[in-house]
Amino acid sequence: MLNKEEIILAIETSCDETAMAIVKNGRELVANVVASQIESHKRFGGVVPEIASRHHIEQITVVLDETLAEANMTMDDIDAIAVTEGPGLVGALLIGVTAAKSLAFAHQKPLIGVHHIAGHIYANRLLQEFSFPLLSLVVSGGHTELILMKDHGQFEVIGETRDDAAGEAYDKVAKTLGLPYPGGPYIDKLAQQGKDTFHFTRALLNEESYDFSFSGLKTAVMNTMHNAKQKGEQLSSEDIAASFQQSVIDVLVEKTFRATREYKVKQLIVAGGVSANKGLRKRLEEKFANEEVELVIPPLHLCTDNAAMIGAAGSIAFQQGHRAELDLNANPGLSLEKYAKRNKNIPSQ
Amino acid sequence: MKVLAMDTSNQVMSVAILNDNQVIGEYTTNVKQNHSVRLMPAIDRVMKDAGIQPNEIEKMAVAVGPGSFTGVRIGVTTAKTMAWSLNIPLVGVSSLELVAYNCILFNGKICSFFDARRGQVYAGLYESNGDHLKVIGEEKNILFEDMLKDLANLNEKVLFVSNDLSLHKETIDQILGDKAVFASNYLSLPKAAVLGLLASNREAAPIHNFVPNYMRLAEAEANWLANNQGKNKNG
Ligand SMILES: [Zn+2]
Repeated sequence: MLNKEEIILAIETSCDETAMAIVKNGRELVANVVASQIESHKRFGGVVPEIASRHHIEQITVVLDETLAEANMTMDDIDAIAVTEGPGLVGALLIGVTAAKSLAFAHQKPLIGVHHIAGHIYANRLLQEFSFPLLSLVVSGGHTELILMKDHGQFEVIGETRDDAAGEAYDKVAKTLGLPYPGGPYIDKLAQQGKDTFHFTRALLNEESYDFSFSGLKTAVMNTMHNAKQKGEQLSSEDIAASFQQSVIDVLVEKTFRATREYKVKQLIVAGGVSANKGLRKRLEEKFANEEVELVIPPLHLCTDNAAMIGAAGSIAFQQGHRAELDLNANPGLSLEKYAKRNKNIPSQ
Repeated sequence: MKVLAMDTSNQVMSVAILNDNQVIGEYTTNVKQNHSVRLMPAIDRVMKDAGIQPNEIEKMAVAVGPGSFTGVRIGVTTAKTMAWSLNIPLVGVSSLELVAYNCILFNGKICSFFDARRGQVYAGLYESNGDHLKVIGEEKNILFEDMLKDLANLNEKVLFVSNDLSLHKETIDQILGDKAVFASNYLSLPKAAVLGLLASNREAAPIHNFVPNYMRLAEAEANWLANNQGKNKNG
């Protein structure tokens, strides 16, 4: 049990946001600063790793300054430093990991490495306490995963994408439709005005596994548009967007629904940038309206990448005794299960 | 004045702690290993051996590049984060100049360079009077042959100092002949101790916008600029 307050400074730089936050007792957000680089990367139609790293190093102490100021705290008030160690872009991760180690060393504070996806899930704990077992659907530009949690710090990946992440497919289809980067919100908006007239493939929908696949869908959309163009036909962008989104949502919602029943979960947490998608939210709300399962979807600022979520996940790892050493490295391919195992091996306090 | 100095901009990693311009400890390796994993433990070790606590550091010094983009970012991120959070001054020194300083006793022209692939180098030319170095022109990213032809025209001895000398020695010999002099390998490694000494009489830099001197745009940025400038010209 906590006798005193636990204050964690968290750092997240795994992709194109330089983010820091201060989280109290794992659940209370004291300060949350996100410096987005999206305007810079828009020029290239996607995140350029070298440019992301350059922006992170420009922003790192500025964001630290703002975060401490927002919390009205100094480094002396901080009990531990949590940082995303992976997965993500290696050069981008390195700036956060290096800054975290520098702070931990300079101020002699404990250091905690956090898995980015564990963070996305734990963002929800800033709103609502977990009830186990819980299932989390993580959908973002880099991830599409179904994760089962039977306890804090324990993560079991029961399904994942075999090729593209859902968000990645959104970005590619958006590009084909001539929409700006990142394409998700634009497709979501167009889809509201169209109808599912194309009935694109629902990959792996009837398979028993909880895995996903979106690369075939992406190709089907692109082929349809290409063929129409060759015949000189004009397709409705709204209907393309609606048909594509319908296929993605059908598969995500159906598989998630089956998993909540099979594992008899008490809570379903939807996490990651794509959980901001209105179409997805609506379908989930309909599907789970009469279920015992409690559906939790965070507000937008906690869906997209931020450091508050790293602080929330870091707090649990901290309480479970996990400590990183000064040789902590960026870990671009860190698996959630390997991360979970590391936490479990340490006796809880 | 206790100074912590570090260079991770190229293959060599060097960390040093100085007190009142006395070198207390230095740790330098010349191996192809991960700076991210090794830098902080090296700092910890040098500081422990010196009996100095992190909150006793009064100044940070760092080599700002050119060099490996990722490598130099590790040193610069460490130095600027520590400096800002400990509220102490931060001094940046060119990675090329740092190596040239090893040869300060040579009276004349010194060329310090790092290999930058495809015949290119990051290079700086300096003039030493045995006590001070003066940079001649600008440090640049250049086709080494072009630079060497200009140096040959000077018609005076030039000392070359580089940890990448073996990659370019033949070309230097061909173009400069007996005008080229070579520093031995141990002088070619950047030393954080030298960096710490240089920092003692240099001005501190503003910390928030302190960034590496990459000397090269990111490839995507360069392509984007080329395309957009082209469009402007045509339009
Ligand atoms: Zn994310």
